[in-house]
Amino acid sequence: MIEATWLRHTLLVLGLAYLVWSLGSLEVDWERVSKGLPRAGDIVTRMFPPDFSRWELLSRGVTESLEMALAATFAGMILAVPLGLCAARNLVPMPVYLVARGIIVVMRTLHEVIVAIIFVKIFGFGPLAGVLTLIVSSITFIAKMLAEDIENMSPGQVEAIRATGAGFAKMLLYGVVPQILPRYLGVSIYRLDANIRQSTIVGIVGAGGIGQTLSASFSRYDYDFSLAILLVIIALVFIGEFFSSWARGKLR
Amino acid sequence: MLAISELTKTYDTGTAALRNVSITVDEPQVVAIIGPSGAGKSTLIRCINRLVEPTSGSVELNGENLTKLGSRDLRRARRHIGMIFQEYNLVERLTVMENILSGRLGYVSFWRAFRRNYPPADVAAAFSLLERVGLEGYHNTRADSLSGGQRQRVGIARALIQSPDLLLVDEPTASLDPKTSRQVMRILVELAREQKTPTLINIHDVQLAKTFATRVIGMQEGRIVFDGKPGQLTEKVLTDIYGEEDWSTEAAPVTAAAS
Ligand SMILES: Nc1ncnc2c1ncn2[C@@H]1O[C@H](COP(=O)(O)OP(=O)(O)O)[C@@H](O)[C@H]1O
Ligand SMILES: [Mg+2]
Repeated sequence: MIEATWLRHTLLVLGLAYLVWSLGSLEVDWERVSKGLPRAGDIVTRMFPPDFSRWELLSRGVTESLEMALAATFAGMILAVPLGLCAARNLVPMPVYLVARGIIVVMRTLHEVIVAIIFVKIFGFGPLAGVLTLIVSSITFIAKMLAEDIENMSPGQVEAIRATGAGFAKMLLYGVVPQILPRYLGVSIYRLDANIRQSTIVGIVGAGGIGQTLSASFSRYDYDFSLAILLVIIALVFIGEFFSSWARGKLR
Repeated sequence: MLAISELTKTYDTGTAALRNVSITVDEPQVVAIIGPSGAGKSTLIRCINRLVEPTSGSVELNGENLTKLGSRDLRRARRHIGMIFQEYNLVERLTVMENILSGRLGYVSFWRAFRRNYPPADVAAAFSLLERVGLEGYHNTRADSLSGGQRQRVGIARALIQSPDLLLVDEPTASLDPKTSRQVMRILVELAREQKTPTLINIHDVQLAKTFATRVIGMQEGRIVFDGKPGQLTEKVLTDIYGEEDWSTEAAPVTAAAS
């Protein structure tokens, strides 16, 4: 700790001064804050009780979200394999590695919401844009983890298989797959869980699923319906998370 | 059978691991390669099946120059060369049976290997080897639940199911206790003799080398400094290989000054 009392006090005062200054420079519009607070109260009161009467619309949104998440996870799992293999330094020549790593880095820099907006611009509103967004993020995520696992695997097992005269494909089958399969499945299940959450977000920008239903309800001031949707999303994410950790526990 | 001539390996780091090594093995014998660590023993046997690419020189196995082979022919040649490792290098998450049968990977199609559908003759051979190495009943056990000695015996079976023309063995007992070491060496040498497979064994334990080999090669700093019968391993020879040391088996009484 800081020993000298005067030094401690000086630092404290300087710190407080900085805090005040930076809050001021945020240009918070206090008038808007003071107007917003009662409005928040108003929205909350109008949310109760949650309205589940349009459960058909709700369940259609949920089903669409789940389908988007499942399809995207499955497609991501498959498409991530070639990309992940090519991004493992110990399996491929340098140029292939650099290209694959480059693709992963570029694809990771874009946030899902931005990707979703782009796909909505290209393919229009609806779940197609959403699924494509989730596929892109699933591929990069799974491929990156896969590549790292492959780089960390034990080289001895691979070497022993190569020494029997096995070619590249058989080497993958016996030397690589057994070493990385449990982690690959675990990562994929984790990604399914993440995709369920993401599928609710990408809907906000019009890319289908329950998120789109939620966003529509807000713009129509159907706050009681919004709350019903929010509760369902919370339940969905909770179940997804529970299933994901249960399934990953089974893999060990 | 095996003719290594003027084999040289200089690693990218500049280390000269092999300097002009020539060895001829023209009968199915067990050759122990001894020498201090860093002498180039591992490099030597890994240059034979080209897990390490030699810098120059040639390795001929049954008249074929292995150093000149393209990747396809190299894989074909490797099917006839069995290898056994210090760290066993079994595929940990596969069963004992899958590990042994992986020795046949060079012979079966990808699809058969994928479905674990090996020819009945291979499966029969695997079971008989399993019995020979004393692991009867372990075929469905996962490799990662075996002890070190058991793993190495699976490693021996995996190499021998290749029906190899040459066995390369790198410090097979360095991770095992003395008793298990002798058991593993006995099984290995017995099977190699039975199948008449010429065998090169890197081993740092001189006693084991003397007991199990019919020929001993001593290496130091990438060169061969001894090549003869185990009986010719005199104190002077051991000093040439390993450097100055008291080689008598009886330890001198430990004095306070020595500790
Ligand atoms: N992959 C490698 N890269 C660079 N130098 C190596 C490599 N492998 C071994 N060496 C060096 O080559 C020499 C011989 O090593 P090695 O063949 O492993 O000897 P041994 O098996 O007799 O202990 C050592 O000096 C070692 O440091
Ligand atoms: Mg070695």
